[in-house]
Amino acid sequence: MIPAKFKTGDRVKVSKAYPVGHVRTPPEHVRTPYYIRGQVGEVERLCGNFPNPEKLAEMLSGLPALPLYRVRFRQNEVWPDYRGSDSDLLEVEIFQHWLEKP
Amino acid sequence: MSGRGPHDMGGLPAGKVERTEHDYADWERRVDALAVLLWGIKGAKKLMTVDELRKNIEALPPDAYEKMSYYERWVKSLSDTLIQRGVISAEELERKMADVEKRDSR
Amino acid sequence: MKDQGNYRPLSYFQLMEISLRELLVEKGIVTDAQVDAEVEDMRRRGPERGARVVAKAWTDPDYKKRLLSNGTVACEELGLDIPALKLVVVENTPEVHNAIVCTLCSCYPRMLLGIPPDWYKSRNYRSRMVREPRAVLAEFGLVIGKEIQVRVHDSTADMRYLVLPMRPRGTEGWSEDRLAGLVTRDSMIGVALPDSPGKTA
Repeated sequence: MIPAKFKTGDRVKVSKAYPVGHVRTPPEHVRTPYYIRGQVGEVERLCGNFPNPEKLAEMLSGLPALPLYRVRFRQNEVWPDYRGSDSDLLEVEIFQHWLEKP
Repeated sequence: MSGRGPHDMGGLPAGKVERTEHDYADWERRVDALAVLLWGIKGAKKLMTVDELRKNIEALPPDAYEKMSYYERWVKSLSDTLIQRGVISAEELERKMADVEKRDSR
Repeated sequence: MKDQGNYRPLSYFQLMEISLRELLVEKGIVTDAQVDAEVEDMRRRGPERGARVVAKAWTDPDYKKRLLSNGTVACEELGLDIPALKLVVVENTPEVHNAIVCTLCSCYPRMLLGIPPDWYKSRNYRSRMVREPRAVLAEFGLVIGKEIQVRVHDSTADMRYLVLPMRPRGTEGWSEDRLAGLVTRDSMIGVALPDSPGKTA
């Protein structure tokens, strides 16, 4: 099992492109939405460790299981034209290998 | 393709949400049932993952993704997945579909 | 297993469903009985199961704590079978309104609430709910004041989400069953509030 690098309250940045260091071609199936890549948020909690969906989609085991976090973003930082309240939030589940220190 | 597939639509401009709620047709419920069984979460033998289902839906050309209904995408993806897994062959499926069509039109 | 009613030629994808199923039965992978049983199983999963959970949380503060801490275990406590469901329950308060979406596909707590409605899976909901939730909620008839925080949850991975709505006013002393009758599917997705006492007889 891969150890958790981040904890609740940590500021994290979502990688823009597929994390550098991936050996082969980037995976077809990823669960990090396009709209949140490059954004900076805060870890709300560690959800636990789960098999990597990118590998599961390739008929592999997805193990060792990766830490999965709920990351909280401010809406007015994610969308330049956001028209709600300044306090509005967006929470997205993101796997550890998509997160880096800002 | 870790760019932006046809499914990766969060934040894109779109129209008013139409609160349609159709009562699912029997064939749609059976597609759903087949997927759940093949995922192995209800005791049947696990033959695929939901991740493969998603991957094959995401691999549909954008215009196909748009035109197909939800369970049409699912049944196409289930077929593609089972072919990839070697559980069925593309030829078998094609033959069977031709047979079923013949039967149905009698 | 042909659909009842007037004859219409089967569509390409209906042919595919029949063919796929017949091939899998011929190969001994599934049986028709299993498919039928699974269809029935999904039919019996509906919002009333989530409503029971909400009503209990409204009447039992300790249960509510457990529910917010581990949604899956708390549902199982009530005898609800929810295979493979990893449930996170998010609580509406006077300061925070929660809403759920799956932008990438249609992730939904199906094993608790059943199959999600069409609109939840639609392009328009999935695209706009993360970007302009208040406008989408207004289309559903729900206007949230600017002093209340709107918190949108995009179910992108293994967790599934349920909104715990606020208990409506005027329900003091109500039984759990009666309270459950006010809890709608849409209030557990976060696009509506539960029914108020005036609505029901």
